[in-house]
Amino acid sequence: MTDIAIDIQDLRKTYGDLVALEGLSLAIAPGEVFGLLGPDGAGKTTTMRLLAGILAPSDGSARVLGMDVFREADGLKRRIGYMPQRFALYGDLTVAENLLFFANIYSVSRAERLKREAELLAFSRLEPFRDRLAMHLSGGMKQKLALACTLMHTPEVLFLDEPTTGVDPVSRREFWRILYTLVNQGVTLFLSTPYMDEAERCTRVAMLNRGRLVRCGTPGELKAGMRGMMLEVIADPMREAKARLTALPGVHDVQTFGERLHVRLDTADAEAAVTAALDGLTLVSLRRIAPGLEDVFNALASGEGPS
Amino acid sequence: MNLHRILRLMKKELIQVRRDRRILAFLFIAPVVQLFLFGYAVSTDVNHVAMAVLDEDRTAASRALIQRFTASGYFDQVAYLSGQAEIDTLLDAGRAQMVLRVPRGFSHDLSRGRGTEIQTLLDGTDSRKARVIEGYTNGVVRLYGSEILRARMQVLRARLPRLPAVDARVRVWYNPELKSVNFMVPGVLCMVLFLITMLMTSLAIVREKEIGTLEQLVVTPLSAGELMLGKTLPFLLIGLIEFVLTLLTAIFIFRVDVAGSIPLLFVLSALFLLTTLGLGIFISTVSKTQHEATLTGFLFFMPFILLSGFIFPVENMPVGIQWATYLIPLRYFLEIVRGIFMRGVGLEVLWPQVLVLAVFGVGILALAAARFSKRLG
Repeated sequence: MTDIAIDIQDLRKTYGDLVALEGLSLAIAPGEVFGLLGPDGAGKTTTMRLLAGILAPSDGSARVLGMDVFREADGLKRRIGYMPQRFALYGDLTVAENLLFFANIYSVSRAERLKREAELLAFSRLEPFRDRLAMHLSGGMKQKLALACTLMHTPEVLFLDEPTTGVDPVSRREFWRILYTLVNQGVTLFLSTPYMDEAERCTRVAMLNRGRLVRCGTPGELKAGMRGMMLEVIADPMREAKARLTALPGVHDVQTFGERLHVRLDTADAEAAVTAALDGLTLVSLRRIAPGLEDVFNALASGEGPS
Repeated sequence: MNLHRILRLMKKELIQVRRDRRILAFLFIAPVVQLFLFGYAVSTDVNHVAMAVLDEDRTAASRALIQRFTASGYFDQVAYLSGQAEIDTLLDAGRAQMVLRVPRGFSHDLSRGRGTEIQTLLDGTDSRKARVIEGYTNGVVRLYGSEILRARMQVLRARLPRLPAVDARVRVWYNPELKSVNFMVPGVLCMVLFLITMLMTSLAIVREKEIGTLEQLVVTPLSAGELMLGKTLPFLLIGLIEFVLTLLTAIFIFRVDVAGSIPLLFVLSALFLLTTLGLGIFISTVSKTQHEATLTGFLFFMPFILLSGFIFPVENMPVGIQWATYLIPLRYFLEIVRGIFMRGVGLEVLWPQVLVLAVFGVGILALAAARFSKRLG
């Protein structure tokens, strides 16, 4: 095992005039849980597909486990797993048949397959459903089965493209429990996600926007890099409050979270300025908060990178 | 190439076919239904032509002529008209396909030994049928005329010792009763084989694209060649089973005789499947959804059926279109199947068609395979 599991150098992908990925460079250590965060169209799926060897890059290179993703694809395919964004299962095959099929395609030996199947069915809790057709599973179970299928050949690096999009919160937690088990077994995870709470579970996060790497670091580093301060405001009527705050000098942006407003601003005496601006409205609560990754992300999406 | 992986993929494919009731119904019921439809319902034989009669002559001679028509077995007299005014309404309403008008003076002219005429009005809506009726009419009239001639000859014979005459005696070989079922069943066999293998191959590949499993397969060690073989061989197998099934139905239920060698028919059908599987793969490379694949399939299906000679004989087509039929592989296979079925000939006669079919098959399959590999990479 090399000391770098995934080594990406100036990776670039264009479709005609459209630049999907602009010179991405990243180095990921073995055993990391690396998250790719960004809005739709940021280039997350393109990166995933490039690293899984499905797409050829326009320029640059990528090495996984020391092997070139494009030139040594055949040797590498046995050592990596890739789960596309859409659950890729055969709905008209049973749970056991799906597992058997993927084991066979990867030429997993019979003894190894039986051992692996028992393990995966146990930790995904799919054992009671082994003879059920995959199309009759719930969304969360389907996605666990898809993961189990990509794990049949015991990959060392696992690429997961938005693995929990469209899955209920309970199943998501369950899914992460399985992922942590894998990490404990030494598997390197590279996943993309639109969810901030999921990004917070990663050892490191790369933020992508319009095909460019905007920021990379641990979730803590990213949050610490935020410029200005965050205030949480609860006021009534909320729309009027939001309009007034947005117009206030020194305010970068105002985001709505339910009935709460997150205001990011640079003003020195922030609380006083906000209170003055909301004069005449009912101010329910005003407090300083630590920025979450969501706030960092919103700052990025609105075009202002952190310092 | 890893044989084990290909077999696993085939096995998966066959399990999926077995679980899909719609496909099973399509596979086993469609051929029989098509045999019925094309063998019987869509019979191209013309019988029981609805004929209306306008006899303005009303003589023994005119009645004798009309009787010849009804006695031929091809015409059913459905109306007896009293005036020309009724012709239009009758033909417009479609109650008669043909009106036979015997003008006044018919008998008179005949007895004077002068040439005479009768008039037939045909509903030309179905031009092919109208042409057949025209042929029948000429036959009946000619027969009637020659009988009159013969009667006169008897009188003349005393004076003229010898009279030269040429009489065409048509004897039909290969399909003596001229039953269209004998002609159509080999065609249906070809069509079933063509449609099912092409459509099922393309759908099986496109379905994986649609549900996203194709992307999953691409990241596995499965190569493009293995994937292609694993996806097409099951349908080659199904196509051949289908072929045997349709053949047995044709022989035992429709009583169609196979004059030639059945093993040869089987081997050459496998050759034809190279073309259909190739087309199936090609369609899968240009379609994103099963819906698109089905529509694209019909884009091939229509010209194949129309230009192959399956329903309309190639010789009856305009010359330009006839040239186009040379580009339709089904045309050659149809000639092979009909040749073996009806004429009982073998490779000694059919080798040119077999050669062309082989070239088409290998060519189409190679192009489709290249395109498939490129798309996947």
